[in-house]
Parts: sequence; C-alpha cells; structure tokens
Amino acid sequence: MRNHTPTPTPSPALRAAAAASAVVVGLTLTACSSPAAATPGIDDATVTVGTHQPLTGPAAAGFSSISAATSAYFDYVNEKGGINGRTIEYVVKDDGYNPATTQTVVRELVQEDDVFAVLGGLGTPTHSSVLDYLDQNGVPDLFVSSGSTSWNQPEEYPNTFGFNADYVVEGAALAQYAADEQPGAVVCVLGQDDDFGETFLQGVELALGPDGVASAQTYSTSNEDVTAQIGAMKEAGCEINLLATINGFTAMALGTAAQMGWFPRWYASSSGGDYPTLVGFLGEDVGPQLLEGFVSANYLPNSPGGDWYELFQQINDEYNDGAAFDGNTVYGMSLGYVFAEALAKAGEDPTRESLVEAVESGELVGNGILPLTFGADDHAAYDGVGIAVVQDGVQDFVGATYRVDGETVSAVDAEPVPLENDGIPAP
Amino acid sequence: MDRLVLLVSTGVARGLVVALFALSLVIIWRAARIVNFAQAAMAVVAVYVAFAVQQATGSYVLALLAALVTGALLGVAVERGLMRHVAGRTPLPGMIVAIGLVMVLQSTLGILVGPQHRPMTPVLSQSPLYVGTVPVLSRYDLFVLVVALVVVVGLGLLFNRTTLGLQLRASAVAPEVSRLLGVRVPRMVTVGWMLSCAVAALAVLLLVPTELGLNAHSGDVLFVHAFTVAVLGGLDSPAGALVGGLVVGVLVSLVTGYASAGLAPLAVLALLTVVLLVRPGGIFATREARTA
Amino acid sequence: MTPTRIRTIVLRALLLTVLALAATFALDPFRNYQLAVVAATFCATAGLTLLVGLTGQLSVGHAVLMAAGGYGYALASAPAADAGLGGPARFALGMLGALVLSGAVGGLLGLAGARLRGPYLAGLTLALVIALPALATQVPGLGKDQGLSVPFEGVPAPLAGLMVVEQWHAWIAVLVAAVVVTPLVVLRSGRPGLRMRAVHGDEVAARLAGVSPARVKVGAFLVSSVAAGLGGAVLAVVTQNVGPGRYSLAFSLLLLVAVVVGGLGSIGGAAAGAALVVLLPWLVDTAVSGLPADVAQRLSGNLAVAVFGALLVAVTLAWPGGLAAATAGPRGRLARRLTRGPAPALPPPSDTRPDPQPITER
Repeated sequence: MRNHTPTPTPSPALRAAAAASAVVVGLTLTACSSPAAATPGIDDATVTVGTHQPLTGPAAAGFSSISAATSAYFDYVNEKGGINGRTIEYVVKDDGYNPATTQTVVRELVQEDDVFAVLGGLGTPTHSSVLDYLDQNGVPDLFVSSGSTSWNQPEEYPNTFGFNADYVVEGAALAQYAADEQPGAVVCVLGQDDDFGETFLQGVELALGPDGVASAQTYSTSNEDVTAQIGAMKEAGCEINLLATINGFTAMALGTAAQMGWFPRWYASSSGGDYPTLVGFLGEDVGPQLLEGFVSANYLPNSPGGDWYELFQQINDEYNDGAAFDGNTVYGMSLGYVFAEALAKAGEDPTRESLVEAVESGELVGNGILPLTFGADDHAAYDGVGIAVVQDGVQDFVGATYRVDGETVSAVDAEPVPLENDGIPAP
Repeated sequence: MDRLVLLVSTGVARGLVVALFALSLVIIWRAARIVNFAQAAMAVVAVYVAFAVQQATGSYVLALLAALVTGALLGVAVERGLMRHVAGRTPLPGMIVAIGLVMVLQSTLGILVGPQHRPMTPVLSQSPLYVGTVPVLSRYDLFVLVVALVVVVGLGLLFNRTTLGLQLRASAVAPEVSRLLGVRVPRMVTVGWMLSCAVAALAVLLLVPTELGLNAHSGDVLFVHAFTVAVLGGLDSPAGALVGGLVVGVLVSLVTGYASAGLAPLAVLALLTVVLLVRPGGIFATREARTA
Repeated sequence: MTPTRIRTIVLRALLLTVLALAATFALDPFRNYQLAVVAATFCATAGLTLLVGLTGQLSVGHAVLMAAGGYGYALASAPAADAGLGGPARFALGMLGALVLSGAVGGLLGLAGARLRGPYLAGLTLALVIALPALATQVPGLGKDQGLSVPFEGVPAPLAGLMVVEQWHAWIAVLVAAVVVTPLVVLRSGRPGLRMRAVHGDEVAARLAGVSPARVKVGAFLVSSVAAGLGGAVLAVVTQNVGPGRYSLAFSLLLLVAVVVGGLGSIGGAAAGAALVVLLPWLVDTAVSGLPADVAQRLSGNLAVAVFGALLVAVTLAWPGGLAAATAGPRGRLARRLTRGPAPALPPPSDTRPDPQPITER
C-alpha cells in the first residue's frame, strides 16, 4: 500500500542555509585579498606596461595601427639591450572603443597582468571612464592618447599625464596661423560633435576672439555625410576652414567641397591631417591635387627625410612586418620613445613613484618639434605645435610654430629635438 | 532657397539608398515573416566580392552583377545552412543566430582584409548638376534614383502580378494552406531570402562610394536606418519603404543643415514615435494590426 | 499566491544571496568586479526575460533603460555628495533617482508601445537606443560623450579591514540583485504572471476574462524597466561612471542574447545568460591571447569576436529553448532526488522549471 505522507525530515532549505552560514564563517576567518607585490610589473629583467586600444569595431580603422608601431619600437629597444638592462613588455588589450570594455580590460591589466603602468590609453570617452580607478589604485597613467584637457589635472589625478598637444592648443595655433597668413580672411570651423570639436573651437576663439568664426559646423561620426555642413560653409563665404576632424572626415570634407566646385584653404588638426592617410581616402589620382597647400598642425617629427623619420621607417620595416608607414606609426613610436625616456630617468630600480617623479621632473625632452613641458604643475606634454604644409606632394613643417600660454597664443621658434643614441634614451 | 534645395536633394539622394535597403527588409518580411539582423553584414561581404571584381576587371557592370549574385548565394547559404535548422516557435532564436552570424562575418572580414576603409570610386560623377545656379542631384544620385525605381517597380510587379509572387506571399502568411495547395513552401522561403539579400547587396554597393570607404562595419548604420524606415512605412509595403526612406532622408538632411548634426537621431525617433502612435502598423499598413 | 509559496521563494532567494556573498570572499578583486557586473546585468535580464518571454513584447532598447537608471543615480547622488550626505543616505537617494528616471522612461515607452506588435515595437526601441548618444549630447547636464562621474562608494568603516572595495561593490550588486529579482520571481509565479501569459496568448479572451491587456503590458514594461534601471544604477556605482558609450545597440542585443540563450521566461536562465554575456567574451579573449605575438596583432580582438559569435550560433541551434529548457530534465531529476522520503506519486512542483513555450501564432 502506498504511503503518501513522506517521513518528516528537516526542510532541505533550512539544511542548506545552515551549511551556508558555516561556509561564511569559515571563509571570513580565512579572509581576503593577497597583499600587493612590492612593486607590480617590474623585476630585474622585465618591465610590463599595458594599454587599451580599439583594435576592433568601427573606430579601429583610424587607430589600430598605433599599438603595433609602439610594440615595434619596444622590440627594437629590447633587442638593443633594453632600458637599464630591462626589456619592455607591452600588453595591448582591445576595448573596441567601448567604455564598458575599457573598464574590464584596464582592471584586468592592473589586477591580473600586474602592469607597472598604463601607457597610451586611447580615446577620450574610453579613458575618462577609468581615470578614477587608476588614480585610486596608484597606477601611473602615462601619455594618454587623446587631445582632451582632462589629462592635465595634476591635483585631481596626480598620476595621469597626457601626450597629445591638446585640442585648444591646436585650434589656437591653426587660427593664429590663419590670421597671420591671410589677415581678414573669413574663417570657419568644422568639428566633431564631441569634446574634440568643442575644445578645438575654444582654442580657435582664443586666437580670433568670440566673433572670429563666421560659421561653426559640427558633424557626427555616425553619419558619413557632410554635404549639409559644407554647403552651409560655402554659403557663408568661408575662405579658410579649420577642421577638428578625423582623417576620414577630413577627406570627406575636401571631397564634398571639390564636388561642389569649391576650393577654400583647409587647416586640419593632427588627428585628421595625415597626408598618406588622406591620399589613401581620396585616391592616388585626385588626392595629391586636392591636398596641394593643405595645412595641418603637428608636434611629432613628421618630417620626411628627417633623422627621427628615417629611424622610424627603419624600425617599421624591420620590426613591424612592413606595415604601412604614416602618421600613426610616427605617433606610436614617439609614444614608446617618451616612455623609454621616462623609464631610463626613473633610476636603476624604478618604482611607480620614481617613474611619476621622473616625468614630473621636467627633464624629459621627447622627440617633437618642441621639448616636452611636463612638470609638477603641468601634466601636458606639448603646449605648442608646428605648422606643416603639403608642397609638391610632400608634407613638412614650414617653420611657423605657436605656443599657447594660458590665454595667449604666441609665435615661437621651433626647437626640434635632435636624434641621439639611435633613438634609445640613455639613463 | 538654394540651401533648401541643396539640403532636400541631398536628403533624397541619401534616402534612396536607405529606402532600397529597407526594401530588402520588406521582401524578407513578406516572404519569411522575419527580420534578418545579419542582412547588412551579408551585404557587405557581397560588396567586398564586387570590389575585388572591379579591381580585377575594371568593369562596374560586372561588379554590380557580382554583388547581386553573391548576395543571392549568401542568402541561400544562410537560409539553407543555418536558419532552416533553427527550431523554436518564436523568431527570437533566429535573431540570436543572426546576431552571432554578424559577429562571425565582421570579425572574419577584419582578419582577412584589415580594418581600414577601402574607398570606392563612384561610377558616375558626384558633382551636382545645376538648374540655373541651384545645385540639385548629381549624375550618381540620378543613377541611384533610377536603380531604386526599377527595383521597386520590378518587385511590385513580381509580388502582385506573378504567380511566383503570389506563392511567396502565401507561403509567408499561410504556410499550411499553401502547402496543401501545392506550393513548395521551403523553396519559396529560400527565394525570398535570395531576393532580399541581393537587393541589400545592391543598396550597400550604391552606398559605399558616397562614404569613407568599404569596411566591415559599412552596413551597420544603414541597417539601423533602414529598419526604422521599414517600420515607419509598414513592413508589408514596398511603397512604404520608398516613401519612408525619402521622408527620413530629407528630415535628417534638413535637421542637420538647419539645426545640428547631433539632433538628427532625435528627430528620427520623434517622427517614428508620432507615426506609430497614430498608425501602429506604419504609414502604409494594409491592416491596422496584422497578427504576425 | 499562497503565503507558503511566497515564503519558499523568499527563503530560496535568501539562501542564494548568502551563498553569493560568501563566495565573494573566495574571489580575487577582478573576479569580484566581474561578479558585480554579472549581478547588475542579471537585474536587467531578469526583467527582460519576463517582458519578452511572458508578454511577448520584444524590446531591443533595454540598454537605454539601464542607462536611465545609471543617469538617474548619477544625477541624484551628485548633489547629495555635494551637500555632504554620507554613504547610505547618498546611495539610497541615488537608487531612488534611478528608480524614478527608469520608471518614467519605461512607463512612457510602455505606453507608446502598448499598441505595437513584434517588429514595430522592436523598431521603436531600436530608434531609442540609437538616439541615446544624441540625447546625452544635446540635453544639458548629461555630460555628453564622456558621461557623468558617480560618487565613489568606499568600504564602510566597520568592514574596512575585512574586504577591498571590489568585494564591497560585489556585495552591493548582489544585494540589489536579490531585492530586485525576488519580487520578479514572485510576480512570475503568481497571478500577475498568469495575466501576462493570458494577454500574450489571446488578447480577446483575456479581455473577456476581465484582464486589461493594455494595463498588463504597460505594467510588465514598467516592471522590467525599473529592474533594468536599478541594474544600471549598480553598474554606475561599480564603475563610477555612466555614459552613452556603454549602452549601445550592441549591448542591447547582448541582453536579448542573454535572455534567449538562458531560456525565455526563466529567471534562472536570465542569470545564466547574464553570466554568459559578461564572462564569455572575456574567457574567449583570454583563451585566444595565448597565440604568438605577431599573429595575435591581426587576429586578437577579431578572433575573440568570431569565436563568441560562432558559439552563440552553435548554442542556439543546439538548444533553441535556451539553457533552461535544455537542463529542465536533469534539474527536475535532481530536485526529486534532493527531496528525501518515498517518491511521491507526482513530481513536486518546482518553479525554477520554465514554462513550456507559449503557443503563439507567428
């Protein structure tokens, strides 16, 4: 006969709850996180640094080659003996230009890969999301790859340093050059509808005054069409157009204007003024013609035929699988060079503190058109840029250089840093 | 006034391409009652093939044919090889498979050809033609217009005047009855996929020369805009896709020109909300609320 | 819904919560961070699985609702922090802000979408997700592309010696998830769940039975929005930042992936799905990064995405009903084995077993 009443037993839920409480007590006693290593990411033979970059996704097209160039430069340095006898290991993590992924990979870099420092984190929205985390964990956050002014806040973020000449500097320099070259010309601005475009416009207005811009247009990267904006600028009678655009959209702007039969002067920031990349977009047949007389701002040694340029070309050929050589390559390798310089100055047994001190010491010079301006109160790398013009298919500096100091823009002499020691910083 | 004409004609030109892609979504909806989230990625693969053909032979016509054929073949492959094996009574598993497929396609393209944009030269000039001093459409825009009209008219004839079209529609709405009447329903679904993906490939092929270049992600924004347009016009209606595309194209252009580029997505959202509140099935919905 | 039933659900929830909290002691800070993200995502997927699985409303825009919660938290807690309010008060105020904003957005969306079917609702929610970056840029005070920063919730003094901040954040996330998901389970197993299924099955019949379809659908939308919003608020706390970049269409689609792969309508499935979409990409990336360096440069990133996509396709083809349906058999047997005593004539009801797929016309 079947007995439907089960024999009474303590409820399984209650039993499990008791077991869980025991587990909690037990684990509490065994307690939590392992104490941090003395200095993570560095030992007698290696230094490990990490970065987050957009290697995949729609933003990858413009930036994915930078980290490859930096790695190639580090390979070169490592082969020549490293810095103070240590090889540099560069861990590159993909964040797809998504701040959520940046959060995860940066935590991974700090907690799992135990990096000594974060180097060249790329992107304003992506890197802004990890500023607080890196600051709280005392990780040196060096040479952020973005022209935002957020990286130059020594009091709030004492371990964060920028690398790009910020957008205000570029805007002011280009605007001042426009005013010097063609006084009285009608100046307009086409900018990206984010921090890039806004701060660039601020810089332009610094030089020309709030009424100096006849027409300020914006574009959005999600809409690959600037016909409306170019039409408006043409109608406003613009003669010099300042561009806060990425390379693709610089090409779009020039191309669209050409289709309309309009050929004003174009002045672009370093983020969107790279000649080889622009020719790639516009085509070999039309590009060089359209780009004749194209003006751009730059602060890195992008001088074909110059010492640094040729060294970087050699390193690119040998260590970078013969990848295309353009502004991104020079950028990536220069970033690597400045880090190597900082590491060399940090002493025989660098710590995170000594690395930050080395950068703040003001002794770093870099390899650009002007020496680096790092200091205890200044976490920006470059406070000035040089002007480069495309002449006969060659983009090179023309000598005009501008510095921005607070609210004033002034023309200065270029002070390009000469190549020494085959591009390997001496301690 | 000049400005207005320029903005409207730009809007029409851009809107036509979106309308064409929206048309491909309408086709697959009418034939298989699904929205293929992998449509853009598949179309981009077809256009890469077309690009290669154009580089090799220098002929645009061959490239166009290559795009259509590759699109159709991809449609067959995905439908027969993947979608047919998705069980489940709701369309959601199919959507998830499509999302996975997009990831696979885009990342494979990234591995094979790299992330950089490959500019495609437009087959006809993109300089605007002038009526007096007013710039209107360019030769290329007119070409796109002609192609779009041909496709719309052709599809309209196909769906409404031919037996094949009737079979396609019947298979989607009443598969069991159609089968009883002798229609090979699975084959109809495949034909629907073929047509849809071919038209999508055509749309992307027409779009890329006006943008930065061909890239694994070229179709992403287009898909989103086209889906919005298809919903706006009514998923059953090819005419709705055309009208919707033109309306959205002109709206975006006007908002960008007179206000700012950043407001355009908001304007589209507002338009869509208003239309769907009044006509939940889209502007040209054949019935107030279809049950499928 | 009987009180004993509710009590069983609450007890079970309590048990799982305690287990999760205990588990945080065994995890290192990075894993605790991931646990927190999974818990926050779980809030959203739990609500979404009810919405899509029970009422059949396909929302492709739940990322916006999470964002609304995050922004609500940031906007409410920032002035509280400026006013000098301490931890718990500031946190509570922030959560309230998240609830209000996500409820408002969800309610509006639900009202707008009540009359829309299938792909039309999907289209509307899709347009909303696409408009989010534009909203963040155009509406003043939302911090544009970089977003808003969120006050830091440090470890409170009594626990300071015991745990690091990541573990504390994991605790916050787990507790919020428990508070958010338990009512959802109760809803699902009780009358409201029945009403939702009735409206999904046949609106006319439901109306005849006295159930208002519009009210049920909007209610379901509201509930799932608030759940998602609170999940978004937790994410904001854990990452100290809320911005439009995270809440993209891709993320919204991932939430849907989580819900379908986990099993529509199943809360346990929503948990599994949340864990899947947060951890699997990272796992694949780790597995792939073992490749040699120069191959890795071209492939890495891309290869991880390709593998993830392929896995999605494979899992969905193999188990279209989701993991919950796939494991229903073994779990039922396990449940019977755990209940001691002579085998009863009928298997005991288990409300973690998902309901069979509602029969819907296509």
